[in-house]
Amino acid sequence: MKRTATILVLFAALVCTMALAVFLGGTALSAPEVAAALLHPGSHTTAGVVIWELRIPRIIRAVLVGSSLAGCGTVFQAVLRNPLAEPYTLGVSAGGALGATTAIVLGLSGLPMVALCFTGCLASICLVIAMSVFRDFTASTIILSGVVLSFLLSSVVMFIFSVASSRDVHASVLWLMGSLADTGAVPLPALGAALAFLLGMLFVFARDMNLISLGDEKAHLLGLGPGTLKAVLLGLASLVTGLCVAVSGIIGFVGLIIPHALRRLTGADHQWLVPASMLSGGIFLLACDTIAQTALRPYELPVGVITGMAGGVFFLAYLLKASPPEVF
Amino acid sequence: MTGLVAQDLTAGYQDHRVIDHVSFAVEPGSVFGLIGPNGSGKTTLFRCMSGLLKPFAGSVRLGGEDIARIPKRRLARLAAFIPQIHSVAFPYTVEEYVLMGRYPHRGRTAAFTPQDREVVEETMTLLDIADVRDKRIQRLSGGEMQRVFLAGGLVQRPEILLMDEPTTHLDITHQVRLMTMLKDLSERSGLTVLVTLHDLNMAGLYCTSLALLHQGRIHAMGRPEEVLTRANIEQVYQVRSEVCPDPYLSKPHVYFLGEKD
Repeated sequence: MKRTATILVLFAALVCTMALAVFLGGTALSAPEVAAALLHPGSHTTAGVVIWELRIPRIIRAVLVGSSLAGCGTVFQAVLRNPLAEPYTLGVSAGGALGATTAIVLGLSGLPMVALCFTGCLASICLVIAMSVFRDFTASTIILSGVVLSFLLSSVVMFIFSVASSRDVHASVLWLMGSLADTGAVPLPALGAALAFLLGMLFVFARDMNLISLGDEKAHLLGLGPGTLKAVLLGLASLVTGLCVAVSGIIGFVGLIIPHALRRLTGADHQWLVPASMLSGGIFLLACDTIAQTALRPYELPVGVITGMAGGVFFLAYLLKASPPEVF
Repeated sequence: MTGLVAQDLTAGYQDHRVIDHVSFAVEPGSVFGLIGPNGSGKTTLFRCMSGLLKPFAGSVRLGGEDIARIPKRRLARLAAFIPQIHSVAFPYTVEEYVLMGRYPHRGRTAAFTPQDREVVEETMTLLDIADVRDKRIQRLSGGEMQRVFLAGGLVQRPEILLMDEPTTHLDITHQVRLMTMLKDLSERSGLTVLVTLHDLNMAGLYCTSLALLHQGRIHAMGRPEEVLTRANIEQVYQVRSEVCPDPYLSKPHVYFLGEKD
């Protein structure tokens, strides 16, 4: 009962945050202007264009990406049995960064760049799974393979930086910091449909996550070998993460702190934790993005700056407040 | 009632053999104890018996069926595997943990039925953990944790229960309580129990039969008094001992006298 209430409250909070975000954004608009634009969707006023073509799509993108990253963070933490794992632990971000940097140096943009970035993400996760299967496919082997691959790929990115023109380097660095602004490369409905489908699949595996988080032996209980189960879950979560990285760059901390914080609220049962994390991830990233747009208006901060600061403060508070056994 | 049979099992990891041509049968409704020194292959054998490890050769038969051919979910309804006490990384509550034992009956998405709740309730009461149902597993004492792990297995309503060193980390009260409970379950509900133990006297006291493992082979097997002999203990454990029948229960009791010269 308490947890049903938590989910409902989070849902209401998400709706409120979205409504609030419509009134706040990079362009200064007064509340009556926003209200007028909302009431007359077809009108071609500045406010109408800003609200309907920039702000609302961006809000939806922030919620989608935030929910996805938080949901995936929950999955990675369960499968790797490590509460400090996150969507980028397996090198998905490093693969995406290499793909995107390569695309920028080659002069690609739009869909080809997104495609190359996504390919980088997929290639890195396939490599990690291949490297770990070669050994014993335990959580620690998977994490170690991810760390090794991240180092390797980051070195390649640094190499590209050292030989690329300063303009390309600047563009790449901006991309790496992540942004929820529309690049026009992937239509929002397509992104939404893909993420909704994949996240829906994650819900189906909530009980499996409970078992796998207790150890490989427990996976037998639901009739899947632990290897298959881990590969399926990591594959799904990496697909989602890859999509997010490809459309919005590397936005850190959402996938790490949200599952952590929510576990204290709803408990560890993934049947509750996964939906609660997704809702909270959407709220958190949307709030951060709104702050990033409005804090130094007319300049827009990279959203990663805000999520990083919030994440740092959160963990510091956690560290100072929680007694050691509480940290995990 | 279902029995569990190991047929000429050879198993290990990569290219080295840990157990070598091991055969034994656990009678339906009995408590069968696996004993042996560290490194004798108990855990490997145990992992084979529960279907977690594929043997190089031989098979494990559960009620006549090869367990390698039993679909995993059906296997989970037939046999429950309780691992050694280990730390749990996530803050599940006792009730959440125990309920996971019902997953094999409900699968991935089906809702739990009143019957599931009833089984969970009954088992928690039986094991005296109903009071701590909302506590996180990490906050439990060793004795409580072992009972929670056991409850998670019992709610599967298995016909066979496999427990790996259940008495390690428990004080004597909880050791006796746990072993008595296993014996009761086997006698009253016909549960077949396979258990690995380090404490030879506990093994002698509570098990119907014993198998003594030595360097991957069965050194001796049979009723406790046949297995727990001075000669066997000296050969396998390199320890001098005297075995006398317990004056009250007529079970063998081992007195350890020191290392073999």
